[in-house]
Amino acid sequence: MFDNITNWIDGLTAMQQFVLFSGVKIFAVFGVLMTCVAYAVWVERKVAAAIQDRVGPNRAGPFGLLQPACDGIKAFLKEDFTPDHVRKAYFWIAPAIALIPALLTVAVIPFGSNLGAQKMVIADLNVGILYTFGIVSLGVYGIVLAGYAANSKYPFIGGIRSSAQMVSYELAMGMSVIPLFLWVGDLNLSQLVISQQGFVGWLPDALGSVRLPNWLVFQSPMLALSFFIFLVAAFAETNRTPFDLPEAEQELAGGYNIEYSSIKFALFFMGEYAAMITASAMMVTLFFGGWTLPWFGLDQPATSIPGGLLHIGIFFVKVVAFVFTIVWVRWMWPRFRYDQLMDLGWRRFIPLALVNIVVTALWLWIRSRS
Amino acid sequence: MSPVFLILALVTLLSAVAAISFRNLVHCSLSLVVTFAGLAGLYLQLHAQFVGFAQVLVYIGAVAILIVFAILLTRSADTPNHAVLAPGWLVGIAVAVVVFGALGLAILKSEAISKKVPAAPEATVKQIGDALMNQYVLPLEVIGLLLTAAMIGAVIIAMRDDKEAK
Repeated sequence: MFDNITNWIDGLTAMQQFVLFSGVKIFAVFGVLMTCVAYAVWVERKVAAAIQDRVGPNRAGPFGLLQPACDGIKAFLKEDFTPDHVRKAYFWIAPAIALIPALLTVAVIPFGSNLGAQKMVIADLNVGILYTFGIVSLGVYGIVLAGYAANSKYPFIGGIRSSAQMVSYELAMGMSVIPLFLWVGDLNLSQLVISQQGFVGWLPDALGSVRLPNWLVFQSPMLALSFFIFLVAAFAETNRTPFDLPEAEQELAGGYNIEYSSIKFALFFMGEYAAMITASAMMVTLFFGGWTLPWFGLDQPATSIPGGLLHIGIFFVKVVAFVFTIVWVRWMWPRFRYDQLMDLGWRRFIPLALVNIVVTALWLWIRSRS
Repeated sequence: MSPVFLILALVTLLSAVAAISFRNLVHCSLSLVVTFAGLAGLYLQLHAQFVGFAQVLVYIGAVAILIVFAILLTRSADTPNHAVLAPGWLVGIAVAVVVFGALGLAILKSEAISKKVPAAPEATVKQIGDALMNQYVLPLEVIGLLLTAAMIGAVIIAMRDDKEAK
């Protein structure tokens, strides 16, 4: 049975194999991502409950683990209500546009080294990071269109707020990673992960076995600052607290998604969580070594199937840690005021990111001359 | 001509026509977004990944969203009642045809078109950076200066409005 399949695969042309394996990877990643989205909601509710000294969802299945399935079924079966006063075409298209960019970004993220001969990344683009920022910048359209389509006040304000916020923080986010690529000298995300193997070189030898992984966030203070700016910008880009002004419930009654119900509302919801997961995956890839761990030779591309699965597991655990942090922050921090948000973005982070680029470039120039 | 090129070209052209013919400005600006996306697709189809994704990032992600933003903020939903076509549209088309003819003639007569097209080199981002920072550094700086001047101009216009309001 297994031999038959291997023989059949070997018999295919290179093009057919490429299509087959890409298809399998796309479906696998999509399936895992959507499951993670569902369970990120569960994690969010459980963490919120723990922080607020409540129990959280506990009726459907053990520990409420079937809650995401119930929510999904409910969203699909609920009446899909379209209010009279909305602009129909935009009203229909906006939820899809909100979800698609978050899904597309995953395509260039290397989520493992390799399984057999297959690289564990859907599209190994040479300009991976440019692709990511290009696609991320499309995320704002879903929200703006939803705000415009709703044709009423609160969603409209939510849409306007969102576009201003996301355009502002996109700049800081884009500029924060430039030092990273000056440092590494490659825009391909797989190469970036490879450059994070081993341990950092700047710790004194006297520390002995106390060693830091050679992840980019630890390689220099400039890159640590880059990570800090990227992290804050990621919160703003994904509309998470403390920057969830586009949907601030107390001010806007939910913002851009007020007029939506059933599965259309669920699409916005899934889009937000998918964006949160892809932002976490980006941070892991850019700053925290991707699928590598410097111990037990786990920073070398896998040679066996279990090794490849282990790398995917490492990547997954790192991403889950970031998702947990993002959820945690939401329930611990109050929301910023809108003028504070703009002030922070334009007057603090953008100059800081620019200075960071210049300092990194100078440092690399001095290092190359000595 | 590949089917991919035909589809992309059709999408780009149709959305460009839509962008100038809708009455509602929001429809126009969103059609413009589709035009930009079509152009990005054409660049990608030519294996120019850097230019293609830069087009997405800069034009769709920044320029177009600012246009949509400005329209929503200023005259949100009201559709103007007057005709879409300006009174002198016939003259406009005539001028456009003349310019297109002149440009097309110049291109067809130039020596560049008779030369055999070399195989497209795999242009890396590094090569693009090298070219921008060495060979074309002066045009780059001039464009930078121009954009800075435009930005200062925009800020001054906005500030003047503010004073009159007071």
